Amino acid sequence: MIGLEHFLTVAAALFVIGIFGLFLNRKNVIILLMSIELMLLAVNINFVAFSAYQGDMVGQVFTLFVLTVAAAEAAIGLAILVCFFRNRGTIDVEDVNVMKG
Amino acid sequence: MMTSADFSILLPEISLAVYAMLALLVGVYTGKDKLAPTLVWLTAAVFVILAGWIGLAPGGTRPAFDGLFISDAFARFAKVTILLSAASVLVMSEGYMARRDLLRFEYPVLVSLGVVGMLVMVSAGDLMTLYMGLELQSLALYVVASLRRDSVKSTEAGLKYFVLGALSSGLLLYGASLTYGFSGTTLFSGIIVAVGNDAPLGLIFGLVFIASGLAFKVSAAPFHMWTPDVYEGSPTPVTAFFATAPKVAAMALFARVVHDAFGGVVGDWQQIIALISVASMFLGAVAAIGQTNIKRLMAYSSINHMGFALMGLASGTAFGVQAMLVYMAIYVVMNIGTFAFILTMERDGKPVVDIRSLNMYSRREPLRALAMLVLMFSMAGVPPLVGFFGKFYVLSAAVQSGLGWLAILGVIASVIAAYYYLRIVFYMYFGEEGETLDTAQSPLLWTFLMASAAIMVLGVVNLFGIEGAAAAAAATLVN
Repeated sequence: MIGLEHFLTVAAALFVIGIFGLFLNRKNVIILLMSIELMLLAVNINFVAFSAYQGDMVGQVFTLFVLTVAAAEAAIGLAILVCFFRNRGTIDVEDVNVMKG
Repeated sequence: MMTSADFSILLPEISLAVYAMLALLVGVYTGKDKLAPTLVWLTAAVFVILAGWIGLAPGGTRPAFDGLFISDAFARFAKVTILLSAASVLVMSEGYMARRDLLRFEYPVLVSLGVVGMLVMVSAGDLMTLYMGLELQSLALYVVASLRRDSVKSTEAGLKYFVLGALSSGLLLYGASLTYGFSGTTLFSGIIVAVGNDAPLGLIFGLVFIASGLAFKVSAAPFHMWTPDVYEGSPTPVTAFFATAPKVAAMALFARVVHDAFGGVVGDWQQIIALISVASMFLGAVAAIGQTNIKRLMAYSSINHMGFALMGLASGTAFGVQAMLVYMAIYVVMNIGTFAFILTMERDGKPVVDIRSLNMYSRREPLRALAMLVLMFSMAGVPPLVGFFGKFYVLSAAVQSGLGWLAILGVIASVIAAYYYLRIVFYMYFGEEGETLDTAQSPLLWTFLMASAAIMVLGVVNLFGIEGAAAAAAATLVN
């Protein structure tokens, strides 16, 4: 029997993978965007699991909002990334380093 | 059910959103940026009108849409501060951006949308409203940070802000999902019932995640790392905007979440906020010492100030919230004045950000140097200027709630921070002769600088009565 805790464990694991992806990734900014997406989707699993478990629709409504915002966020992130690439000619995370200190 | 009464409570926000979209349509159809100066002034006028509308609206607490959105004295105080500071920054930006070919019609539109997000944030009565307001604000800010599309620094600032901002939204959202799961509702009024006086572990986890997400947005240490880079890389008027309105909105939202949703477990969040308050105060004070770039310096300065504002919040009392609101209002005025000065720092028409360029500034422009001196002293909290009263308020709120150690650490941090504010004054009055700055031309920026400095001096009489408004605002939040 798959219970609430199984869903929460999967969501927590995905969320942590997303955070690690943000911090450990040294290669490519696109991977950062994917990690962010992973975190938001982990949250969605949480919401839907809680919502189903409690028989309360609010969590699923929240999920729809999160999905919408995640799409807008990805669009803006990619737009900024394109501008950055035009100026810098690279999207390596290591090259996002003009400002320091 | 949705009724016209609900919509009438939301009308200022709806009007601003409709205005922003109409402005976007007009901008796109006319297709040229020649409309941009008009739009900037029009947007500022709309902000001021809305501030008047919201400020003079009938009092009392009016929830809309079954409590999803709350209009109360606290929200009104924060909204008026946000709108007036955003209007000031917009007006200050116009000349600077026009001369550097940066003034696109998208700028006022994005600022308007960001401000709609902030207004929704401070009125949030539900985790969904909170999230939507926060994201509307953040998405607009990511774009304005990289407004100078052809500059590596500006796009890098936007990219860094976007990645770390998205991380903080993710943390906040994870906290929201845990809070929803363990309380069964997303309404603050329902969460506070579920929390009671002894919250279950799941809700404490939710609280911690939400608090760290919000700490990112107010740029409190240890979640501050985006601030210096974003402040440095963004165009200076955008930096001025970042330093004012979004900070007020995020602090107000922080206060609302901890009091409206977690008001029963003050002891639990008090220690978190006290810790990030100490960390921000010391980091802001120490890390700024080595900075010569005035925009980075202002970034650390704002981290330091956020530490003080959080100290008021950490007291967990109505007086603490009042102190926080007064502090934020003073902070915004000081920052507008200081950025009005920074916007005029240029040599041969190119912006200069090195503080050593201010060498012997007082000899050439004594009045402006004096105004900057007043602002720097006020930032450092030197009595009898208004900045001192802001610090005095939060310190006494901390002492009254038995956080004497926090107040003592705050005083030590403010003494350290005084070093770099006074260093700017030192350069202006006692520096060596060197390359000079151009003579400042803009009478508008001169007015903002002088008005801000004058407020710092004249405000000592009664702080222009904002204490009363802040007290009324705090009383509606904490009871």
